[in-house]
Amino acid sequence: MFTKSLIRGFGFTLIGLLVSLQAQAGLKIQQWQTSRGAEVYFVENHDLPIIDISTNFYAGSARDDKAKLGVAGITRHLMTLGAAGLSDEKISKQFADVGAQLGGGVDDDKSSLKLRTLSSALERDKALDLYIKILQKPDFPDDVLAREKARVIAVLKEAATQPETIADKAFSKALFGTHPYGFNSEPEEVDQITRDDVQKFYRTYYGAQGAVIALIGDMSREQAAQIAEKISLDLPKAEKPAPLASVTYPAAAIEQRIAHPATQAHILLGYPGIKRGDADFFPLYVGNYVLGGGGFVSRLTEEVREKRGLVYSVYSYFSPMAELGQFQIGLQTKREQADAALALVRETLNKFTKDGVTDAELKAAKQNLVGGFPMRIDSNGKILDYLALIGFYHLPITYLDDFNENLNKVTKAQIKDAFNRRINPEKMVTVVVGSDS
Amino acid sequence: MQMFKIRSLRWGVLVSFCFSSLAMSAEVQEFKLDNGLKIVVQEDHRAPVVVSQVWYRAGALDEVNGKTGVAHVLEHMMFKGTKAVPAGKFSRLIAAAGGKENAFTAQDQTTYFQQLEKSNLPLSMKLEADRMANLNLTDEEFAKEIKVVMEERRWRTEDKPQSKVNEQFNSTIYHVHPYGRPVVGWMNDLENMTAADAREWYKTWYAPNNATLVVVGDVNAQEVFKLAKQYFGPLKSQALPSRKPQVEPEQKGERRVVVKAQAKLPYVLMGFHVPSLQDADKDVEPYALEILAGVLNGNASARLNQNLVRQSQIAVDVDAAYDMVQRGRQSIFVLDATPSEGKSVAELEVAILNEIEKIKTGGVTEEELQRVKAQVIAADVYQRDSMFYQAMQIGNLETAGFSWRILKGYPAKLQAVTAEQVQVVAKKYFNKDNLTVATLDPQPIDPNDNTPKGKPHVH
Repeated sequence: MFTKSLIRGFGFTLIGLLVSLQAQAGLKIQQWQTSRGAEVYFVENHDLPIIDISTNFYAGSARDDKAKLGVAGITRHLMTLGAAGLSDEKISKQFADVGAQLGGGVDDDKSSLKLRTLSSALERDKALDLYIKILQKPDFPDDVLAREKARVIAVLKEAATQPETIADKAFSKALFGTHPYGFNSEPEEVDQITRDDVQKFYRTYYGAQGAVIALIGDMSREQAAQIAEKISLDLPKAEKPAPLASVTYPAAAIEQRIAHPATQAHILLGYPGIKRGDADFFPLYVGNYVLGGGGFVSRLTEEVREKRGLVYSVYSYFSPMAELGQFQIGLQTKREQADAALALVRETLNKFTKDGVTDAELKAAKQNLVGGFPMRIDSNGKILDYLALIGFYHLPITYLDDFNENLNKVTKAQIKDAFNRRINPEKMVTVVVGSDS
Repeated sequence: MQMFKIRSLRWGVLVSFCFSSLAMSAEVQEFKLDNGLKIVVQEDHRAPVVVSQVWYRAGALDEVNGKTGVAHVLEHMMFKGTKAVPAGKFSRLIAAAGGKENAFTAQDQTTYFQQLEKSNLPLSMKLEADRMANLNLTDEEFAKEIKVVMEERRWRTEDKPQSKVNEQFNSTIYHVHPYGRPVVGWMNDLENMTAADAREWYKTWYAPNNATLVVVGDVNAQEVFKLAKQYFGPLKSQALPSRKPQVEPEQKGERRVVVKAQAKLPYVLMGFHVPSLQDADKDVEPYALEILAGVLNGNASARLNQNLVRQSQIAVDVDAAYDMVQRGRQSIFVLDATPSEGKSVAELEVAILNEIEKIKTGGVTEEELQRVKAQVIAADVYQRDSMFYQAMQIGNLETAGFSWRILKGYPAKLQAVTAEQVQVVAKKYFNKDNLTVATLDPQPIDPNDNTPKGKPHVH
């Protein structure tokens, strides 16, 4: 249904990506450790006969060896394609037979495996048994590795012709330099990945120490404890991974123009942003809502789209990570007007950092972010992701309870101060793919 | 529901929507105002929130040649103000209430929605009722917004090779029916569209008797009805143009189209005309086709992925889809795939047709059938975790001219499908004379060439 529809703007999707969470009286999070040291976050909820589990590891792409980029992604991908002697075919058939769904993925920081199953005993036990095999006994068969490498390489080669991907890759590389957040795996590197690389990566990064297990749904605390215990019991015996290296700020502004015959130029601007749990998180979060995070009511949308019709989409976001994640502004516009649009975006950002937000803007931002709280935790699926987030980034267990209060405390002066300290418009990274100049 | 129509929209997919039923925790209730507005309410008290959607029975299906894309342009203009609520104010009022809002246009309908804390439902109704009747569509706002829509088309279609294939595929498989036209509209039509075209569209289709209000959330159905009466009740119904039946003539012979675009990998999109749902009680074939889609593509070990991606490794990706609920009463069964490096689309096409042939001659196994059914039952429970999704299902059915009530019987309908019925529909519809194939012929990108293809380079 949605796939055939045209949606009015990016706002809706992006807001979903950017928001953090807020608390609601009554969302009781229970937290403990398994005997192997995995952190468990649990919410009991019997409204629906469903169980959701998410197991998370410090095994994201940033853990890749610089000489072996792509191992993190391949490892996670292959875990579901052969385990405890079961073939990929058997695994997906058995999950389907009980109606269970497997999810998750890899980002720079994290690898996650998610399971959704009915809570009825027969379905639940079969689904859990398979899920645990995938986590603890992945086989990484050679033939599956060869096949999946070929698929990944094909997808990478295709992506390398498309302006959106070209811009993304160039941007993260320019922004993060030699930091792993700037790494992009190339087909030649993926081609060289061996089964040993994958097994070594799994044994190093998929230990119980540092694993975060989030659970929500139709189970008792006792059942949740048993499930978490089983999940972590036979994970590899590995040390908790060390923190990543720090991100360094660009020494000078970087601007790249990349030729491409597309009808639209793809423009990205940015700077290293913030970490999860960062002291400046709330002022920057509220401020960014005003700048370009608030969908149709943001300054960037007002100036670039509503007043002048230059774009379909323009946005800004902070992506808080374990280390400084991206602060990014993005837009696409007819190539002939790329320079005009870019100049307007810069002007809007400069004015924003110089003058900060108005009283009315601050009020409106708080009204939306505070008032929007109930929608952030209105499903088990959403709460599960928040549990994993809190656990993975060691946010306070009261993070949700305190969220609205933290938002409400933000002042105009704090926003201006935080943007001025954290974002330097003089040293931004800019990438333009496919403009006329 | 035509998941494949615009493939590139995957980014915006909130849920992968296919027609399946609500295991209803609370009764759905429906009401009708004197002016013809239908209201469907599902109480869901799991969280103190509400989703409110207004569905207009006006989409690309209702457009005429030369004005394609006008339904979608009007959707954009609906945020450009009324006398009481000036341009941009709608979004600001919803944002100040902590809400999220947006709209989307499709072949069959245009939908506007808000998600709010439950006490803000009256605000949503007040604003929607106002713009249902009082839109102030100025030349000045139109001139800016049409540029935004053209940027949207460039972004969605012009620069995305697979989207272009998809657009050409649709206009090839449908020679007559309006489903052959792109929702976003042809660029030429957008370039020549006027504010008067948008005003005409608004005047023709935006009326309470051409709309359905769907509310799902922590609400009381009777109170929702009272609110709806208060805000939408004063609006006047209007005579709607008669809708002529539009039927695609039977295809007599294979159709092919090739699209050249800058890309690395080729791509193939294949489709057969098949029936859509006409009578929810009596029909058998649409349900059999849904099961067939599940057997081919319902999980990672289903036939297409297992045989073509994992075993023969001729494809890096393969998909199958069918949507039974269509207001236009036409549907297609679509298969699409990307060949592995070194394999051609021609080889891949043969391999896909071979999988189809195996079903026509050998049928499907009882095990496959049971697996698809187990997934349907589970999905029926899982979807209750999303109020938005539940509202989408109700609105989609009502807009297509069916009742939300058929959601209840849907799992049983699928349960009743036999292996023989699946084989029968495969034999009946999956024939070469009923086949349309669109392929992408990838063109290299010259790293020194910075000029767009296909159009003169104008500054």
